[in-house]
Amino acid sequence: MTPLERYESLVDDPDAFRAACDRPLPSAVRVNTIKATVERVHAALDAEGVAHEPTDWHPGVLRLTDDSPGHNWPHAHGWLHGQEEVSNLPALILDPRPDDRVWDACAAPGSKTTQLAALMQDSGLLVGNDNNLGRLSALRHNAERLGVTNLVVTNQDARNFSLKPLGAGHEGGVSAFDRVLVDAPCSCEGTIRKNPDAFDTWSLDHVHSVAGVQKGILRRAVQATRPGGVVVYSTCTFAPEENEAVLDHVLDAEDCRLVDFDAPLDGVPGVTEWEGEEFDPSVEKALRIYPHHNDTGGFFCAKMAVGG
Amino acid sequence: MTDNDGQRFDRLPATAADREVTGRASRAEVIEWWVDRFGLPADAFDDYTFWEKGAGKIWIFAADLPSPTDVEGLGMTFLRTRQEHWKPTTNAVQRFGRAATRNVIELGEADARRFLAGEDRKPDWDGDWGYLIVAHELAGDVEPIGVGLYVHGELRSVIPKGRRASLPARE
Repeated sequence: MTPLERYESLVDDPDAFRAACDRPLPSAVRVNTIKATVERVHAALDAEGVAHEPTDWHPGVLRLTDDSPGHNWPHAHGWLHGQEEVSNLPALILDPRPDDRVWDACAAPGSKTTQLAALMQDSGLLVGNDNNLGRLSALRHNAERLGVTNLVVTNQDARNFSLKPLGAGHEGGVSAFDRVLVDAPCSCEGTIRKNPDAFDTWSLDHVHSVAGVQKGILRRAVQATRPGGVVVYSTCTFAPEENEAVLDHVLDAEDCRLVDFDAPLDGVPGVTEWEGEEFDPSVEKALRIYPHHNDTGGFFCAKMAVGG
Repeated sequence: MTDNDGQRFDRLPATAADREVTGRASRAEVIEWWVDRFGLPADAFDDYTFWEKGAGKIWIFAADLPSPTDVEGLGMTFLRTRQEHWKPTTNAVQRFGRAATRNVIELGEADARRFLAGEDRKPDWDGDWGYLIVAHELAGDVEPIGVGLYVHGELRSVIPKGRRASLPARE
């Protein structure tokens, strides 16, 4: 059984699902509003003869029809960042404000981190953490290229993330976050259009082991968020073990609840049952995006309110 | 006075009179250097804090934290000090150089592309020697590309390798 066959019982239109997974992914870029406006990017791409069109759901996300996103002036100036359409979603759902204290728990290589910085208008305080030191250099490079100045980069295991280096308990230190993004490491089934070999290393054992890591990270994220704060959980995979089952576990273990949210992309609700296991009914508030819904990669996203 | 510990982030002292670490630039000196050299408004950096990590590497940060702090990055690298001629970073020039009013050299399109690729140029320039903001016109405005070192009639591209690019010829 291939990973995709495993989920056909969950999908509304299995034929469209399979067909979309077989198509390559359109090349997309995000306008970096820290350094440029959407209008100026359009003008610069036009002047260079780079074909582009806005997506129908976000003016700052563009599809480049025939060009490599890295070879034009807007990219050289850090006005553009190559970022898949659907991966723009979690930062928009987290909706950080300029003066917020925000933690991106699994930040490298930084597409969503730099998008968070832009949504915060490069003010407030943003912590980008990753446990992989090698990948942190990609995060740092992207953040600097895009002109981000509100970012603190840390190298910790998010499951037992310490606020001590951020001065917790001291005047001016960070003792809790207003908003946290957990864009968790996952089995990446939803990236099959971008990485045709994504299934080569797939195994059920890996799904189960990464689910354990996801539960630990999401629990720590809820603990590090102030009461009244918000946590967004996302993955680029279909496996309910890594999505609804993780939410179910954390709803039970920590003081938080799932909340409804408006998404600019089409999807379907989270599933409440999988292979004989039943989940908390509120996991329906999560959003599953299959590749055929919006002609993107696959994605999962949920929004949680912390405390009360 | 103590020696610089290059392994952690220390906030810069407000002024030279507050200095406790040998050779460390002060916040006032760093801002004064940028404002003097590039003609930025004196209040351009009011909302930022400045930090040193490594030998002379100054970072600009939009927030504040207790000092010292043991993290991997704090804002963006901004300026290289502890050397005779202080040197702004490419990324800082792209981020803050749009407000510059002097020591900005504007290249034509062909020279701008070769400069971005890391090639040295010989432009007409009768201004100061030293580190200049190199810019070009793009989409109706002048946009900084990076830092050039102007000496002996030559503009050396000091764009770091990771930011160089060879753009395809315009049709």
